[in-house]
Amino acid sequence: MAIEEKTLTNLSPERSINTRFTKPDVNRRLEDKKEILVIDQLKKVYPTAKGDYVVLDNLKLSVKQSEFISIIGHSGCGKSTLLTMIAGLNSISGGQISVDNEVVHGAGPDRAVVFQSPSLLPWLSTLDNVMLGVKQVFPHATKKQKLEICKYYLDKVGLGNDFNKKANTLSQGMQQRVGIARAFALKPKVLLLDEPFGMLDSLTRGELQDVLLEVWNKEQITAVMITHDVDESIFLADRVIMMTSGPYAKIGDELVIPFDRPRKRKEILDHPAYYDYRGYLMDFLNH
Amino acid sequence: MKVLKNVGLIIGSIISFLIIWNMASNALYKRAVSTTITKIEKLQSKEAAEETRKRIESGDPSSQPNSLPSPLLVWKTAGLLLDDAHKVMKKKQDFYKKMEKTNAKLKQAGKESITYTGRPSFLDQTITSLKNIFWGVLLAISIAIPVGILMGLSKRFKTSINWFVQIFKPISPVVWFLLVQMIVNTIMTDPDSDNAFVITFISVGLCAMWATLVNTSVGVSSVDESYLNVSKVLRLGIGKKIFKVVLPASIPLIFTGLRITVSVAWMVLIAVEWLSQSPGLGGFVREEFQNGSSSSNAKIMVAMFVIGIIGVILDKLMASVQGLVSFENKSQSPSPLSIMRNMFISKKAA
Repeated sequence: MAIEEKTLTNLSPERSINTRFTKPDVNRRLEDKKEILVIDQLKKVYPTAKGDYVVLDNLKLSVKQSEFISIIGHSGCGKSTLLTMIAGLNSISGGQISVDNEVVHGAGPDRAVVFQSPSLLPWLSTLDNVMLGVKQVFPHATKKQKLEICKYYLDKVGLGNDFNKKANTLSQGMQQRVGIARAFALKPKVLLLDEPFGMLDSLTRGELQDVLLEVWNKEQITAVMITHDVDESIFLADRVIMMTSGPYAKIGDELVIPFDRPRKRKEILDHPAYYDYRGYLMDFLNH
Repeated sequence: MKVLKNVGLIIGSIISFLIIWNMASNALYKRAVSTTITKIEKLQSKEAAEETRKRIESGDPSSQPNSLPSPLLVWKTAGLLLDDAHKVMKKKQDFYKKMEKTNAKLKQAGKESITYTGRPSFLDQTITSLKNIFWGVLLAISIAIPVGILMGLSKRFKTSINWFVQIFKPISPVVWFLLVQMIVNTIMTDPDSDNAFVITFISVGLCAMWATLVNTSVGVSSVDESYLNVSKVLRLGIGKKIFKVVLPASIPLIFTGLRITVSVAWMVLIAVEWLSQSPGLGGFVREEFQNGSSSSNAKIMVAMFVIGIIGVILDKLMASVQGLVSFENKSQSPSPLSIMRNMFISKKAA
């Protein structure tokens, strides 16, 4: 894995301040795509002793087929709550979420999740961790076909030689690679990433961003990624969603990132608009 | 170097233990002798007392008072018991050799063959005890793990059954034994059936299962939320969820419970064998206690050490199995089983 000399997280902040620029409004790649994930009037309330605490209120969002969006916001603003609600792991207090015109009830492999902690089953090998999901999604495939799917994705994330390693013997970064392979192998309609690189050091984070993009370029699965890393969100996403701070959090602003795909880190960093986008996002987060 | 030092420490403490034991047994022996003689002097005459003293001092084994045996005597008795075991084994073999033809005929005629019914040796008793504990623990596992899983999975089931667990958990093995005896002796009235064995292993199982039951229920109910989220996203069915996620995740806790169960079972077993008149180490100890011959106390001490050593071996065995099946690689020192496994794997790879 080639690592860029300068990782995205190590940029000097003074280069990023430029508030006078016009927002791009369309991403041409997605013009004729249909909407696959639609969130409407979404509400999340946690009852507390002092009365209801409203985390999210009246949240609207729609994501197009093969669009990659990232959601940024301050910690505690409810972005993880939003993601777990899309995943079906958290109950919905109001409004609805639909995927491919079907209202979501409970969790399912059509919305694969890459969790913040790798969440592998530590007693299984990397292959078996991926296989567990593949067996659920492709119950009628032959054993050989299932094995091929698992091996293909593990190979893609750079674990081609570690099929039989126990998950708990791998480093965090390696475990998260398996987590990515497991999610893609489910062939989901929507891929949900919950700060997948938040626990990694910046070098590993850069590596894994490249791995993720490489796999994603092939499949172009609709992806929703939670992050609080501004550079990561620009590099990976077609659109960055900015959430206001809670309670009553909603979408404050959004920014289309019209860079072409496949993206190369160096080209993105050298792009004249990159620092405008970065400054715009920083500006939002600082107010 | 550190290992040598530790071995030295252990040997030192063993030697001091033997010395203290020997001193205590000498003191107690002297006290027992003087008590015996003063008693005879009081009840009979000075001459009778003098005669007894001479007999005791001459070393005649049948006239020695019963007190705490010395380490040497226990060691010798262990040797005698081993010799006796060899003799009994030989007798048994001779018997079966002699009956070979008769038994073959009986088998052809569809009748039961004649079995050896002679006196069991100390070794036979030990094996019987191991058999008893095996069935006892098996019973404990087959009740405690399924019920524990159910309790861990369903809050409702746990609430409805928890009072029962709390009340029956602290009950003494003696009471369990009486309860089981009431039921088993009512059901099994056939004089040929081995009631003592059934009563023993059921009491042991019921007495020892609680640690596994509680640990399984705690283990299952405290499975890492992220594993459960994975099972939700993958929409695993209930069976797959239990066997692929919940059980493997709770194995460390289940095995901690199992280790406690096995050591409790072994401790309880001796007492229950004593009560149920079942053969086994407990039965052996009871017989020697009631026999009261001059060698009885030494034999009881031998049994004590055998019980202790087997207890340690059982616990180490459980720890090794735990290391094999558990995904937590916490233990630094490799267990004997894991060393064997590693050898096997490396051979396979080569």
